[in-house]
Amino acid sequence: MTAGQIDAPPVENMRERFVRVTTDLLDQDPRLAVVLADITAEAFEPARRRHPDRVVNLGIREQLLVSVAGGLALAGLRPVAHTFASFLIERAFEQIKLDVVHQGVGAVLVSAGASYDDAAYGRTHQAPGDVALLGTLPGWTVHVPGHPDEAARLLRDAAAADGLVYLRLSLDSNAAALAVEGNAFTVLRSGARGTVIAVGPLADEVLMATQGMDVTVLYAATIRPFDGPTLRATLGTAAVVLIEPYLAGTSVPAVAEALTDIPHRVLGLGVGREELRRYGTRAEHRAAHGLDAASLRARIGGFLAASCPPGGTHGRARSHAA
Amino acid sequence: MPASNRYGYEDLPGLMSLMSGDEKHDHAAASTLDVLWVLYDRVLRLSPKTLGSASRDRFYLSKGHGPMAYYAVLAAKGFLGVDELAGYGGFGSVLGWHPDRNLLPGAEISSGSLGHGLPLAVGTALGLRASGLTGARVFVLIGDGELDEGSNHEAIAFAGRRGLDQLNAVVVDNASATHGWPGGIEKRFSIEGWSATRADGRNHAALEEALTAPHPGRPHVVVAAIRKASP
Repeated sequence: MTAGQIDAPPVENMRERFVRVTTDLLDQDPRLAVVLADITAEAFEPARRRHPDRVVNLGIREQLLVSVAGGLALAGLRPVAHTFASFLIERAFEQIKLDVVHQGVGAVLVSAGASYDDAAYGRTHQAPGDVALLGTLPGWTVHVPGHPDEAARLLRDAAAADGLVYLRLSLDSNAAALAVEGNAFTVLRSGARGTVIAVGPLADEVLMATQGMDVTVLYAATIRPFDGPTLRATLGTAAVVLIEPYLAGTSVPAVAEALTDIPHRVLGLGVGREELRRYGTRAEHRAAHGLDAASLRARIGGFLAASCPPGGTHGRARSHAA
Repeated sequence: MPASNRYGYEDLPGLMSLMSGDEKHDHAAASTLDVLWVLYDRVLRLSPKTLGSASRDRFYLSKGHGPMAYYAVLAAKGFLGVDELAGYGGFGSVLGWHPDRNLLPGAEISSGSLGHGLPLAVGTALGLRASGLTGARVFVLIGDGELDEGSNHEAIAFAGRRGLDQLNAVVVDNASATHGWPGGIEKRFSIEGWSATRADGRNHAALEEALTAPHPGRPHVVVAAIRKASP
């Protein structure tokens, strides 16, 4: 079987693709090791039977999950640790800080569940703060793929590298994979009245929301490092709307840092900080957080309309986070 | 003092006196002194020359508090220059109140927050086995108070059930755990499948024997008992 066939497009979600690509990589790279905490362990069973020393299910032990990843890296392996985002990033955060980053080793953390993938599970399985939390630590590359094909490519690159990589998988996906080069933003549309940055699986909603608007639309499958150069190079009116499928405003500081010397306005949209205390579906949660196309269109339109004419008294840079 | 490769156990107090530490850390440092010495002098297949070797034994100091004894042993064994000791805790020093492996090459892990060394050692033991390095051992030193941290118990249960025989733990037991370990610390390990033994934490021959006891197919723990200093 060739790599091309493995990445071929049968309808699979990102997590299923993660299992298939990782299973393939384990055959090719003796340095790669997968650590699990029961979640997805059944799907990895064929890989575990072939590589019992390099596919390890620890049971429901998430602190150990991340520490073992650090210990494997200290022994020279390339660890891939995987569970739901809430347990991988939030529950084991000190292990990430100390047993990986502070030791000076690398690891690939692959999460499932995202902000509200399994909305009916409730708050315990929702991790909208994961990217913001990792942002408090140095060195992380954070991928938020918008399609299983993008996830597969980013995973292969991460497995072959040495550094700190977080791959945030979601059940949400755009209809088609978008062309992505390295960690750079992709220009989906060009316009004059502002820039809208769509992150990962929200790209389709954003393209619908901005139909007919005179704006630049950038697509980010990688949000750390933040591609400030592309933002600057494509900037028309310095009004930026950042639309992230996790905690609203997470990357607003990165926009501010990229535009330090340019008076600008920025609106950070994403998942609200308040608990919804609702079950239901992903689509219902997307709408409740104002991230469906209709809500986005209204919020983006309102923000751009509020632009003051150049030289006006309210023309100074202002910051909003919603 | 003798040249760096000539230091003996009797030189350790002198080396420690080159460092200045806060008073609370002094006692903890002393409780680990004999275990550390026996490990580096008689047990570990590790020297400054083999520090880069993949097949070396590893020592993980999990109980990073009170590292003066550790630094003294590392200096005595040539992992660290004796002239570094006086800077202990200083801004430009490689020797902090908790060790940082990125500053001090002889330190295999950075530690300080309790309950991280044993879980890391589990990962390294798995990694050594996966790499075919079945002759290399991992030793990790933890404290009886440190065992309060739940992360240790995730590691103890898994390592025992997995039969990680390259993994060795030493619990320095100076009865400092607030709520104690009724029935003995060994029991927490042995019930999970570990080989477990207790030794006098000041007796070098007894420690050596306990630390080198064969334990095929199982991880091994030595509870090194330290009598509390009289008030």
